[in-house]
Amino acid sequence: MSFTIPKETYTGRIPEIVFGKEKKVFIGGESSLPFLKFEGDFPHKPLIAFEIQDDIPEDYPDELKSVYSSVWDDPVRWAKYCESLGAEAIALRLMSTHPDSKNAKPEESADKVKRILSEINSPLIILGSNHTEKDSEVLPVVADASRGYNCIIGKAQEGNYKTIAASAMAGGHSLIAMSELDVNLAKQLNILITQMGFQKEKLIIDPMCSALGYGFEYTYSVMERIRIAGLIQGDSMLCVPMVADVGFYVWKTKEVQATEEDIPEWGSLHERAVIWEAVTACCFLLSGAELLIMRHPEAIGITKKFIEQLCLS
Amino acid sequence: MALTGIEIFKLLPKTNCKKCGFSTCLAFAMKVAQGQADIEKCPEATEEVKAKLKEASTPPIRGFNFGSEEEKIKIGEETVLFRHEKKFNNPTVLALQIRDDDEKIESLIDDVLNSSIERVGQILKIDAVFLKNSSGSADVFKEALKKLMAKASHIPLIFGIKDPAIAYSVLEKFKGGRPILCGANEENLSEMAEVAKKYKIPLCVSAKGVEKVISLTESLKNKGVEDLIINTEPSTAGELLRDNTVIRRSALKKGIKALGYPVITFAMAEDDFYEILMASLAIAKYSSIVVLSSIPRWKNLVLFTLKQNIYSDPQVPMQVKQDIYKVGEPDENSPIIVTTNFALTYFLVKGEIENSKIPAWLAIMDCDGLSVLTAWAAGKFSAGKIAQFIKESGIEEKLNHKELIIPGYVAMLKAAIEDKLSGWKVIVGTKEASGIPAFLRNYVRSRQ
Repeated sequence: MSFTIPKETYTGRIPEIVFGKEKKVFIGGESSLPFLKFEGDFPHKPLIAFEIQDDIPEDYPDELKSVYSSVWDDPVRWAKYCESLGAEAIALRLMSTHPDSKNAKPEESADKVKRILSEINSPLIILGSNHTEKDSEVLPVVADASRGYNCIIGKAQEGNYKTIAASAMAGGHSLIAMSELDVNLAKQLNILITQMGFQKEKLIIDPMCSALGYGFEYTYSVMERIRIAGLIQGDSMLCVPMVADVGFYVWKTKEVQATEEDIPEWGSLHERAVIWEAVTACCFLLSGAELLIMRHPEAIGITKKFIEQLCLS
Repeated sequence: MALTGIEIFKLLPKTNCKKCGFSTCLAFAMKVAQGQADIEKCPEATEEVKAKLKEASTPPIRGFNFGSEEEKIKIGEETVLFRHEKKFNNPTVLALQIRDDDEKIESLIDDVLNSSIERVGQILKIDAVFLKNSSGSADVFKEALKKLMAKASHIPLIFGIKDPAIAYSVLEKFKGGRPILCGANEENLSEMAEVAKKYKIPLCVSAKGVEKVISLTESLKNKGVEDLIINTEPSTAGELLRDNTVIRRSALKKGIKALGYPVITFAMAEDDFYEILMASLAIAKYSSIVVLSSIPRWKNLVLFTLKQNIYSDPQVPMQVKQDIYKVGEPDENSPIIVTTNFALTYFLVKGEIENSKIPAWLAIMDCDGLSVLTAWAAGKFSAGKIAQFIKESGIEEKLNHKELIIPGYVAMLKAAIEDKLSGWKVIVGTKEASGIPAFLRNYVRSRQ
């Protein structure tokens, strides 16, 4: 029997986003569902950004503490350490701005961002603390402070997108738009943001991440649906790169914190914690993420190796 | 591929004779299409029509059982490419490879027997053993099998044997249900087909790449072997994804029967981490059996959880067990929040309470996995039921206050709950989970 590979017909192509100043990196640009190289082009491999925080983290479990505690009191040192570990991009999360943390002022964050930008070469993603109101005060100030550095700013949500999108536009940055696990909400937010005059080509969807075992399948399926809508069904508002903010969700779970003494049937903590982040990340690559934000260097290392292998076919 | 009611109707005599028990041929055709009536009920349907219907009603991906009398596992019969369309049917079988010449066979079997872990009310475990004839000797294999059967005769087995003569001599004496014979390839195809036919067992066939596999499965089907499993021998993650996508798509969308079989993947790698990522890819993307080289507990936990997540039913909301959960380390003064047991509600509310950094008791009530408004509308999240749940939970004894926070969407239940839950004051919380941190902070401040 003569066999021809059944190929999918695609109508869309994910826009290519470039960010960074001295050193530039690319995400997106592909024309088919993830890694199906027999029917599409993949000009760029997915990118992994190392997450750092602007102050000593309050909730990093031991497995992360042992990696970063010697550098985490200074975000510049922390960022440089990540670069020394091979980071291609850095994601700075401004956790200390959260009202329940130190409630740091936008200007303090701006100073930190400027220092980091002047001392590292890697492209920078700047994330708020996920506090809707506070982010709308902080992110415009840091977007302005980083003007010209071609960063990614995030995250704009339904409740604060106007100020954040406007400032990202003024600062010349790309923007992460986050909605809560729903294809239509993601589309709606992108429509609202582009209606303000923000370029669709600089938007990144965050469909809301989750950790393996904790709502993982919702994120996974929403991502698949967004990709199908954007690439096959011709919905241009969903034909946008996606980010999976993996570390933030994974490192809150019990699986990366409970010791073997606590729960013997779960086995060794170190391997369990590292693989929890890596499996969550790798599965979101399969469902459509082009950008991963991760924490543990070992998890990042094996995820990178997996990406290399996925590109071989 | 399945025929629609209209397509079946066209094949019927259209006499409306009612002998099938339905008033019209169209009504009957519709029921046949839904699988609720049997075409045999139509006295006038020709053999040709029946054959056509049978062909059309065979699942595009063949499904069958293997395993012991005590533990039968079904694989195959998948119907979709993406899990949001419809539930993936038969969860990936995780098997441990044991070499027949391994000196530690007994302790490996113990590992399999002790592999079960409970997660969200489900017991998950290593499902099967892949016993590999790495010695190349029938006697060594039989000896290993004897040890295995003595310790764990209920475990479903896959025999990794490439020599048809050894396969014969092993299966001749084997009385342990229906194992899979894994070892057919281009060189031994006819002989392996004979073994599989004689012992009526599923046969796994392998060749490099989808196209080669097609010629082998076609040839095996012509020889009368129906229950087949495919291995395309992918050497990278990219090849595995490509082959499995092409196989599933060809079977479902193009009706290519030669690829309508379950897939087996050997995830084995030197590095445990990398092996897990290959296995994860295989679980997410269409493999029915994944063979592993080792099964430390941490590795099992992550693969079991992934399998559970991927194979959950997207149309049946995932549920959390009814209970009073601790978020942080709550004490007798901590707030108590009640909501429904829809998993997404639970994860979002729990996450936002964590964000608030205020320890709290989270009372999750069984509402068949519905979200707050739906559960309220269905009468499952009513004042009476909430009051009863709180009363019976015994949480009262752990608290030195009687203030219950309810979701903003059911503010109208406040008075009724206070009525039924004597001594309690009901506080109306936020409508959206995202408002919880601000709400909780104000709430705690106002109580001080």
